[in-house]
Amino acid sequence: MADSPSATGGPAANPSPFDLVAEGPLSTAPPTPIVPTTEHVAPVNDSVDALRERFPDAVLRNEVCAGDQDVVYADPACVVDILAWLHDDPEQQYDHLADVTAVDYGGGRPLQVVYQLWSIPRRKALRIKCELPLDALEIDSATAIWQGADWLEREVYDLFGIRFQGHPNLRRILMPDNYGEGHPLRKDFPLRGRFSRAEQTRRALTQDPEDYYVPGEIAERTPQLADAGAAAAPAPEGSV
Amino acid sequence: MAVSTAEYAVARNPEMGPDGALVASPVEPFDAPEPELGSETMLVNVGPQHPATHGVLRLVVELDGETVVTVTPRLGYLHSSFEKLGEYRTWNQVVPLTDRMDYLAPLIYNCAYVMAVEKLMGIEVTDRCRVARVVCMEMDRIFSHLLWLGTWSIDVGAFTPFLYAFQQREKVYKLHEALTGARITTSATRIGGMMADLPEGWTKGVREFADNLPATLDEIDGLLTCNAIHVGRTQGIGAISAEEAVNYGLTGANLRASGVSYDVRKDRPYYDYENYDFEVPVGCHGDCYDRYLVRMEEMRQSIRILHQALDKLPDGPMDVEDPRITLPSKTDCMSDMESMIHHFKLITEGIPAPAEDCWFSIEGSKGELGMYVVGDGGPKPVRWRIRPPSFVNLSAIPKLAEGHLMADLIVINASLDIVLGEIDR
Repeated sequence: MADSPSATGGPAANPSPFDLVAEGPLSTAPPTPIVPTTEHVAPVNDSVDALRERFPDAVLRNEVCAGDQDVVYADPACVVDILAWLHDDPEQQYDHLADVTAVDYGGGRPLQVVYQLWSIPRRKALRIKCELPLDALEIDSATAIWQGADWLEREVYDLFGIRFQGHPNLRRILMPDNYGEGHPLRKDFPLRGRFSRAEQTRRALTQDPEDYYVPGEIAERTPQLADAGAAAAPAPEGSV
Repeated sequence: MAVSTAEYAVARNPEMGPDGALVASPVEPFDAPEPELGSETMLVNVGPQHPATHGVLRLVVELDGETVVTVTPRLGYLHSSFEKLGEYRTWNQVVPLTDRMDYLAPLIYNCAYVMAVEKLMGIEVTDRCRVARVVCMEMDRIFSHLLWLGTWSIDVGAFTPFLYAFQQREKVYKLHEALTGARITTSATRIGGMMADLPEGWTKGVREFADNLPATLDEIDGLLTCNAIHVGRTQGIGAISAEEAVNYGLTGANLRASGVSYDVRKDRPYYDYENYDFEVPVGCHGDCYDRYLVRMEEMRQSIRILHQALDKLPDGPMDVEDPRITLPSKTDCMSDMESMIHHFKLITEGIPAPAEDCWFSIEGSKGELGMYVVGDGGPKPVRWRIRPPSFVNLSAIPKLAEGHLMADLIVINASLDIVLGEIDR
């Protein structure tokens, strides 16, 4: 996991500020706990009431946004059960997972994972949100329900650092594999990145396009990559 | 409305079962005993600098002989983090980022973004603006499909349709230029209206384009639809069943080719699309050929919408008459102190959005284009997220290409109609 910018052979003993990058931002304020409210916002979509009835403990609260859009805040531990039920129940039939994304409000507040669901036969929309505190950015993957969640969750992992448990191939997708500056869409990530321009260029050049793409290794190497997380792939010697 | 091969009097060459699986191949099986060769797979790197990948897409293909075993797309070569950039800009300043994502249909992206923000802010645009945006979006749907048609025909080995399609595209470029001053990076929309009113004679130009296009489409139709090479290379290639297509999140023509009639314009209508008379073409085999048929028919349907929209384009103001949203006219700014202060304040302070979030999806040229905007009461977005249709469509390519030939992979990739600017963002 040693993520020293001087991978070409500099002294590793010198602790680098970059070592902290892979860990993500530390919470500056205690995360606001989500209090399940008994206050019931009248939903537009009848699925919200059905969901409350079926999962009384896992549905924390609901709200209506932008006039007519139903949002349900769910317990992250049960979200896959909720999604599976919404997908499979003959009265719900949310068969189209339009989007999976995350929102960082900054200031140490919890990250939100947002699922946009749409039911093609019933023509209903539903938004499910889960709040994850910054020190526990883990949630179960929805890839078992929707194949389409694969890349969307990889993108959320890449740009926000949220780990999707049970994802078959949780690797970076937009940023390079050896990207070591963290997760760019976090609010504490500076617009121009954390490394200097020279260091960014050096890293870009030390990428080996053949990394992880030896036949037969593609499948084998990927689980290890998921464990390696945001840490940079070791730069091969003399590849610059 | 189903687009079936029967209408085109084409016999389906490779026969397919009801589940979309290949029953009989047009290629005679090779019966000679296999020579004693090693059976190692081979790795071929397609792209990122290759015309057939339609941008800087890199496909790492594992081949067994000429048969595709796995495809691993590698993305990110065009990543510019537009979503991060948007968080540092006011709501109106994000508009130029949107057309750089899908440079093949920039006006659709301009419109989709401001429609989402207007929904978040609770702004109702004027009737003229609604119809003008419908004209823009349908024009750019044709614009994007024409590029797809041209590059698709090149990928299946026909060069002439490319030239025909680009001849028509040039007319849309000119209309873009007349409307906004730019050919690709249009940035035509603003929150609450458009950058400017439609220039004089512009609607006449759009109508002329819509009048002339069917002749070109018929010509390309004649060149491709019943062409034995085209049919042989596309039918039964890259088929996906309706259930799987929904599960993979495919949208747009790629989903409709599999027989699922999901079109945001019909299912979640916006901008009075329910009052336009048009049909949604639906295929039945979910293969490359049906995707071709669906897109060809979509262009004809877009022409119908264009005519109806131009017929009912009302007069009146283009922008909402709300001083908190709309800039004063340039003439006033130059002559009137109050207007100048107003202009200055709006530009420097921006328009505040409520602390809410809003999802708005429209039918883009590539599929369901969703915009998710999150406000915090300030003039800048907390989060601006695009649901990229090409990104999700491309994620099905390992499934679509598996077991096909290397040459078919190029056709499958072309049939998905991707744009890398939007995949990598």
